[in-house]
Amino acid sequence: MSQSILTLIYIIASVTFILGLKMLSSPTTARKGNLVAAFGMVLAIIGTIFLYHDDEGNYLHNHLWIFGGLAIGTLLGWIVAKKVKMTAMPEMVSLFNGMGGACAAMISLIEFNHLSHLHAESGFSGMSHGILGIILLGLIIGSISFAGSMIAWGKLNGSIKDFSFKGQTIINLLFLFFILAIATFVIFIRPDATRILVYIIFILALVYGLFFVMPIGGADMPVVISLLNSFTGVAAASGGFLYNNKAMLTGGILVGAAGTLLTILMTKAMNRSIMNVLVGNFGGGGTVGTAAGAGGAQPVKEINASDLAISLNYSKSVVIVPGYGLAVAQAQKTCKELEDTLEANGVEVKYAIHPVAGRMPGHMNVLLAEANVPYPKLIDLEEANDMLKDTDVVLVLGANDVVNPAAKDDPSSPIYGMPVLEVWNAKMVVVVKRSMSSGYAGIDNPLFYHDKTKMLFGDAKKVLQDIVTEVKAL
Amino acid sequence: MLEWIQSNQQIIYIVLLMIFLGIEVIGRVPSVLHTPLMSGANAIHGVVIIGAIIVMGKAESGNYLALILGFLAVILGALNVAGGFVVTDRMLEMFKQKKSK
Repeated sequence: MSQSILTLIYIIASVTFILGLKMLSSPTTARKGNLVAAFGMVLAIIGTIFLYHDDEGNYLHNHLWIFGGLAIGTLLGWIVAKKVKMTAMPEMVSLFNGMGGACAAMISLIEFNHLSHLHAESGFSGMSHGILGIILLGLIIGSISFAGSMIAWGKLNGSIKDFSFKGQTIINLLFLFFILAIATFVIFIRPDATRILVYIIFILALVYGLFFVMPIGGADMPVVISLLNSFTGVAAASGGFLYNNKAMLTGGILVGAAGTLLTILMTKAMNRSIMNVLVGNFGGGGTVGTAAGAGGAQPVKEINASDLAISLNYSKSVVIVPGYGLAVAQAQKTCKELEDTLEANGVEVKYAIHPVAGRMPGHMNVLLAEANVPYPKLIDLEEANDMLKDTDVVLVLGANDVVNPAAKDDPSSPIYGMPVLEVWNAKMVVVVKRSMSSGYAGIDNPLFYHDKTKMLFGDAKKVLQDIVTEVKAL
Repeated sequence: MLEWIQSNQQIIYIVLLMIFLGIEVIGRVPSVLHTPLMSGANAIHGVVIIGAIIVMGKAESGNYLALILGFLAVILGALNVAGGFVVTDRMLEMFKQKKSK
């Protein structure tokens, strides 16, 4: 009886996961979709605790431990998630993803121990290759996902720098090869001598996850997180295999497949391939930096806040290009204030959002929404490029690579071919930046030396406040 | 190998169908929603916590390794689930406000 109720619960949970994911991909239903999936998850968790029993009819025990762990994890996750700043969202997702990966790896470790105890008494002949393989799969993928996510988290919050050395790609491949070789050996040849080998696999997988993410530049981190996200999905699904648990299986595979597609969609938005992201050392500087060296000596034209205020106030249309610099300075609300002030004076203000503005696709939309910028004011790449030709002033706030003309006209540039906002088609471009330093891709931006461009150096928030004051004083 | 496929065919069917479903379901997502969608998917794979609960609930009271690892696994899984859904909700809350304005 209880088993069939649990089965029903798992079916409901699976449906909520599918529905939730479906609803998450449309703006109007997204929030509800998240809640629907969360409801299914809670149902599945409670059902498992009270209704699950094995083939011999033994129910779960250690309820105190289970509830203790649930309480600690939920409370901690809840508080952290509530407190984190909107700008730090991407690294938060990475952190939680790592937790899931670690969880899957631990389950595999325990199940392996359990299995080897069981078979130590009865001999290893009856040990299933399939089960052993799935345990190892969960262990390897979970560990890679955990280690990789932690590095991605560290990179996004700035505590870990890019690190790469010559031949790293080959060493990484060697690591992967060793992991797979040992795993194959354990599964098919010597399941009896496995104890130490499994721990070796565990450690190698952790190191591989580390090395795998280390050389990838910060600009590509969203892609990596998305990929690791789908890894964790597969690791969770391997647990579903192990316990013949359909909710885990459907949830895990669903995320694995959707996550993989999402990763591909993201790389497409940046006009790059996954291979390119994973193998190519973007942001490493090196040979492609020649243009940067020459460019550094070129003069730039500066403008001050009051002159800019006049230009803005007496133009018909203004397009703001927000970038990560805006988010770092927490200036989205001040930005909205400038918009309101200008609109009150009859200036048309729009925001041009590059698909990868900020640190993740869609990140900038979330940040501007937080500042109550209305949805119709945000225009996407293609629409913006049409509109920029008739725009009087473009205000680039802490964006860099997404407005780099080199992507269009310099085939030697590492970002050549990436769709960019063609701000140089407008009548005037003002770039607000803290310094002349290059963007996340680590390359120079010819836009700064363009005839139409004027630079305004300073913290985005401070500069915007100055402009607002000046416009109001006019 | 063939035997294994035979005895697990149900699960193999589920896996295959889920792969196509996962791809189909998010196929037309606008780039605006990439980040919340990733975050939501991240929360959903937190379903791995069910495995952690089962492992924890089965651990014998003398098996400290299983108890400790299982306890940790439950905490980590709960972090993934709770944090994942709450973060996603916070992101999407912003979209809601924007719509109503």
